[in-house]
Amino acid sequence: MTEFRAPAVELAGFRLRVVVAAVFVLVCLGLLAARFHFLQVQRHDYFLTRAEDNRIALLPVVPYRGTIVDRNGVVLARNYATYTIEITPAQVPDLEATLDEIATLAPIEPRDRRRFHKLVQESRHFESVPLRNRLTDEEVARVVSQRYRLPGVDVKARLLRDYPQGASAAHVVGYIGRINERDVERIEEADETANYRGSLYIGKAGLEQSYERELHGTTGVEQVEVNAGGRAVRALSSTSAKPGNDLELTLDIGLQKIAEAAFGDRRGALVAIEPATGGVLALASMPTYDPNLFVDGISTQDWKALNDSPDHPMLHRAVYSAYPPGSTFKPFMALAGLELGKITADKEIADPGYFVFGGHRFMDDKIGGHGMVDLHKSIVVSCNTYYYQLAADLGIDAIAGFMAPFGFGERTGIDLPGEATGVLPSQEWKQRRFRKPEQQRWYAGETISVGIGQGYNAYTPLQLANALAALVNEGKLFRPHVVKYVIDSQTGERRAVEPEPIRQIPLQAAHLKAVLDGMVDVNKTGTGKSVFKDAPYSVGGKTGTAQVYSLRGQRYDKNKVRERLRDHSWFIAYAPAENPQIALAVLVENGGFGAKSAAPIARQVLDYYLVDRHAAAPEAEAEDVQAVEGADEQAVAGVPAPPPPAPTSSREGGGR
Amino acid sequence: MNDNRFNPLALVRAFFRPIDPLLMLVLAVLLGAAHLLMQSASPERLDSQLVHFGVALAGMWVLAWLKPQRLLALAIPLYLLGVVLLIGVELFGEVSKGAQRWLDLGVARIQPSELMKIAMPLMLAWFFQQREGQTRFADFIVAGGLLLVPVGLIVIQPDLGTSLLVAASGLYVIYFAGLSWKLIVPLVVALVIGLGSIVAFGDTLCQPDVDWQVLREYQKQRVCTLLDPTRDPLGKGFHIIQSTIAIGSGGVTGKGWMDGTQTHLAFLPERHTDFIFAVLAEEFGLVGALALLAVYIVLLLRGFHIAANAPTHGARLLAGAVTMIFFTYAFVNMGMVSGILPVVGVPLPFISYGGTALVTLCLGIGILMSIQRSRFADKS
Repeated sequence: MTEFRAPAVELAGFRLRVVVAAVFVLVCLGLLAARFHFLQVQRHDYFLTRAEDNRIALLPVVPYRGTIVDRNGVVLARNYATYTIEITPAQVPDLEATLDEIATLAPIEPRDRRRFHKLVQESRHFESVPLRNRLTDEEVARVVSQRYRLPGVDVKARLLRDYPQGASAAHVVGYIGRINERDVERIEEADETANYRGSLYIGKAGLEQSYERELHGTTGVEQVEVNAGGRAVRALSSTSAKPGNDLELTLDIGLQKIAEAAFGDRRGALVAIEPATGGVLALASMPTYDPNLFVDGISTQDWKALNDSPDHPMLHRAVYSAYPPGSTFKPFMALAGLELGKITADKEIADPGYFVFGGHRFMDDKIGGHGMVDLHKSIVVSCNTYYYQLAADLGIDAIAGFMAPFGFGERTGIDLPGEATGVLPSQEWKQRRFRKPEQQRWYAGETISVGIGQGYNAYTPLQLANALAALVNEGKLFRPHVVKYVIDSQTGERRAVEPEPIRQIPLQAAHLKAVLDGMVDVNKTGTGKSVFKDAPYSVGGKTGTAQVYSLRGQRYDKNKVRERLRDHSWFIAYAPAENPQIALAVLVENGGFGAKSAAPIARQVLDYYLVDRHAAAPEAEAEDVQAVEGADEQAVAGVPAPPPPAPTSSREGGGR
Repeated sequence: MNDNRFNPLALVRAFFRPIDPLLMLVLAVLLGAAHLLMQSASPERLDSQLVHFGVALAGMWVLAWLKPQRLLALAIPLYLLGVVLLIGVELFGEVSKGAQRWLDLGVARIQPSELMKIAMPLMLAWFFQQREGQTRFADFIVAGGLLLVPVGLIVIQPDLGTSLLVAASGLYVIYFAGLSWKLIVPLVVALVIGLGSIVAFGDTLCQPDVDWQVLREYQKQRVCTLLDPTRDPLGKGFHIIQSTIAIGSGGVTGKGWMDGTQTHLAFLPERHTDFIFAVLAEEFGLVGALALLAVYIVLLLRGFHIAANAPTHGARLLAGAVTMIFFTYAFVNMGMVSGILPVVGVPLPFISYGGTALVTLCLGIGILMSIQRSRFADKS
């Protein structure tokens, strides 16, 4: 022991302080004991009554959730009031007997029962759990009249979410679902607990999720007197809820449906963007699903069907799946070559049908090659050899450096959840991506396939569409957005989502023109000719075919390859070429050659957007919306008449 | 001891040697109660609660096993680490609920202010140990400085509850180190008058346009809600209204385990964390509440006993301060839940769910055990 003993006086002083502290502690705890006595003995009766009456307390008034409409006012998501039978399991002595009893009053499907049991398991014992929705008036009357015999059973008026467009644009709109434990944590994190008291649902996907704050609204409070059974007797006072704000989208549901129908039962994605604003006109991901299934707890079978399907309908391909861009990458590569001074527009190369690098032969599609090829021809005929050479000349880091400002390999920042970053390969990327040193090294041979949009390249259809939009917009890249206005539910004020430029990419006009001219001729004389030769407007485009499966130098024969290993089909396009109103990217999974599968879809979408949409007279257009509405005429009645076509329309309509 | 043969019994004995039986018994009772209450309050968290128990007990054992002078030797590094991390939080911290409290180190998110609850009394105990027998007034100024730096950093996060706890832990050391009564008495009087006037003039001060300068808006709300819980019946006031109803309706014997309507009808917010005392008081009544107070009193008296008999000045100050920290947690939490103190987010010691706080508290027990054992080590 190195410490020396404290002087006795100091020790005595310390002990005195300990005694004082102990006395202080006992006094404070005595104070607490007195407080407990006051609460639990003296005022016990009062508090017991309050606890009994506690169901008087305060009932949250759940706000109306905001509605979502497309750019023409067509309803995509709304609420409707319905009567539901709800059961509080804790108050029910024999659940099965009660269910049987209810079934004699109102039909209960086996499906309802299964869903009910699942929800009971997920909920707390004292929560009211819905058994069946959409009761008819007669059923309500029957159940209510027998309610006195059925403790714990209640008929409640609830607002349910409805997606009148069904599966159309489901990935964009998303869906709501019951609040689960993880949602609760997030709500607590955001300090929104009070506002969600009473809320049963929260946005789980799409805009319903990303605009949850706007859509949800502010919960009100109602002071209600409730009897011992938990039923409201009379309202005492209330603060009304502030309904959620409405969303008006840039999306055109008519265009969206054309795009979705054009896919048929093929898998893929389509993204159409207004280049001047970054507003998303259509965002299709196929196959899709019916969001209405989720609204009140999806049944196990439905969930299994969606989840186990090899087509992955829940996957939002347009923003989450990244694919090699294939030859749609070539216009960007050509521009890189021009801007970085590695080529000029009129420099020609000889294409023997292959390119040799490091002892390996990289094949062109055309046996024997395209002969002498300049930049224009390389785009029009989609010559691989030209781009193998260009990629080798540029080197991977120069390519990555040029492509990054277009948003390749970075999230576009669209106002939807779950966006993927994609992969813009570079030496640095490879080092981050791989662990082992031998894998981290970049091989010059790998650059060659990057030049034609293969290799490690992988971008989402949204990234490609947005990069194209920037290209035709003279290098101005916008943050794409789906929501155009947030409409305040009380003041009616329309807050516009302003176009948000991310960056201006410095490009020389002559370089841009050379590339875009090539893209226009793709559809006149090149790979897109068969699809677009009679189009009444001028359109620039580029086909693309992305390898799913490496053939290791062998020639691709689609009949020999299993369907799921067939190439992905790409098409990017913009129109009218002289003043682009729309830029789009189409991907058809395993669709084979780009001009065959993807380009016809692009054609239908462009036809609708540039011609058919305006060709229809105003009356006809109203009819059109109704047809689109289909399932529910009531919705149309509530919707303002579609606004007249945009002022620019006459010019578009007059296009070639 | 030169018997090198393997002896399992000796190993077991060696394992339990640092454990103080009385403290261990108290801790076992408290953790048992915590587990029992959790079954009622939030059964889905039972498993992770057991994990917390394991980690906290391991931490306790390690500290109990170290000698007090070793602990005091850790004072400066821990204190400096704490201050650096607090500055790190200020610069890079994650914002949660409008306050920057967490630091993401890649491996884990940590809350450096929690570390300070241990490091602060250690640091000051070490400091006064150096000045033993020659403590002058200037030393208290220095100690005050050592106290204010981290407390200031925590206040600006802002985290009023934790900064008060850290400040208290340091002030306890200063008090035990012998700060003149002439200073302590007027301070306590001023504090009482200050609190009294806030209560008296609460209505005027809580007008929405009155800006309280030093406190953030939410802290003002908390104080105002305490003065008049009906101000915010759905939000913060809801906590206090519902918890007093829970406690009061429990009566003398309580509604019975798992039968608390406030708890199970989910009227009681935060029922597994800060407001778990209301669950106890509702389901076990005044009997349960007083029994808990009694257990805490045994813990505190044991702590004071250890402090009074500690072999060195530093150990003495440390034991006294740790004991007072236990008291502060218990008093502030129960005072808040029963509606006599503002809601400041202090857990009920050893009972509330939450790993970080439990580990901190068990480290405190470990410190007490270490000091208690060093007394015997001295004699032998």
